[in-house]
Amino acid sequence: MAILTVENLQKHFGETKVLHDISFTMEEGEVVSIIGSSGSGKTTLLRCLNFLETPDSGRIAVREDVLFDGREGARQLTEKELREKRLYFGLVFQAFHLFPQYTALENVTLTPLLFAKERHELNAEKKELIIKEGGALLDMMGLSDRKGNYPHELSGGQCQRVAIARALAMKPDILCFDEPTSALDPELTGEVLRVIRELAQKKTTMIIVTHEMAFARDVADTCIFMDKGVIAEMGPAQEVINHPKEERTRQFVSRIDSERQ
Amino acid sequence: MFLTVTLSLLEGFLGTLKLFALTLVFALPLGLIISFGSMSRFAALRLPIRFIIWVVRGTPLLLQLLVIYYGPGIILHSNVWGSGDDGRFTAALVAFVVNYACYFSEIYRGGIQSIPVGQTEAGMVLGLSRSQIFFKIILLQVIKRIVPPMSNEIITLVKDTSLARVIAVYEIIWNGQTFIKSAGIVWPLFYTGAFYLLFSGLLTMLFGRIEKKLSYFR
Repeated sequence: MAILTVENLQKHFGETKVLHDISFTMEEGEVVSIIGSSGSGKTTLLRCLNFLETPDSGRIAVREDVLFDGREGARQLTEKELREKRLYFGLVFQAFHLFPQYTALENVTLTPLLFAKERHELNAEKKELIIKEGGALLDMMGLSDRKGNYPHELSGGQCQRVAIARALAMKPDILCFDEPTSALDPELTGEVLRVIRELAQKKTTMIIVTHEMAFARDVADTCIFMDKGVIAEMGPAQEVINHPKEERTRQFVSRIDSERQ
Repeated sequence: MFLTVTLSLLEGFLGTLKLFALTLVFALPLGLIISFGSMSRFAALRLPIRFIIWVVRGTPLLLQLLVIYYGPGIILHSNVWGSGDDGRFTAALVAFVVNYACYFSEIYRGGIQSIPVGQTEAGMVLGLSRSQIFFKIILLQVIKRIVPPMSNEIITLVKDTSLARVIAVYEIIWNGQTFIKSAGIVWPLFYTGAFYLLFSGLLTMLFGRIEKKLSYFR
């Protein structure tokens, strides 16, 4: 059974149609990379999955839970519904968006603590457990010695790793990355790509929008090439990037490669 | 004489402080509520509130004091403020609260709108509610950004309280001025300046500390 099913997803902003008829499925533990030029709809797709945007039509299901079905007619979702739907996905932003007034560890534990408090489960024991889990996530990100630092005291690469830990703390079914290294200095991209690669080895289900072609090829099982709001090509990552079938994929990959040199 | 004057001015200054403190107590939260209204998606709420802010910021506080104190009597032919000193103080307080809440609301609005939308979205994708996002993530960042304009406005309020004497609310300048008639001396009036200076100096120090306290993050 597919962990994620996206069917005929459409989204437009005003007159501009950003997503035309996007359909794909993912299996548990699969890593999908999405490549494509800017304006191709990659980010909008991630924002729709995370319910930062509501699609116009189509269907989104995680396992057997239908999160969005355009046929049910346009209805404003309540905040409670939105919050529940958002928990299926995690999103790591290009610009991190860490909370500046909290330390690295507090950024990771804030939401689990607030959730426990909301459910009236927050006692000393639970609190300790959440903090321990948050610390373990930062250890996994190689940030054991940075737990007490505020975001402005961290490098971009460190910030992004905190942001990944923060997203993982909510145990999402599918973790999404929106160009996680695009805001980083070139020498800092490696450390972020390394932790994502480790997550892939642990069979974390991930969707990664990226401009790092080698990364999109090596870390992902499947690669989707998006162009003008449609999936122009989709297949095993090695094939899509090394031997694209479509002319526009070929042009895109070779253009990115030449820019790199 | 100096002691008599000082004691009288101190008494007047208590009136000043009372008006100042109560205005803050009511206008700070009211300003936040007005700022939400002025940012509302619903035009039926946003436009009237923007209109009120325009009127309040666009007319002198002195005039607002007079309108609020005398207006109800002229229109309703009854004194809604109650009689005597207390009635006049209440009317002055209402005028100050409305006036300052409108100014504060614009400071809040500027502060809230200057926080990157990414902060809200980061909270949303984690599954937080709107109120959790506002109170746990946005608010402290807003406070940090609005401390300088707020301190400006609050120091202005210290001095604006002297306008209340237009409807005969006793405050320090009122008390200083009485000496002109009663004792034929003018210096008590000038002496009131020392009280204002001292108090705004204390406030400046307080805001400096708050600013420093919030400098642990950026």
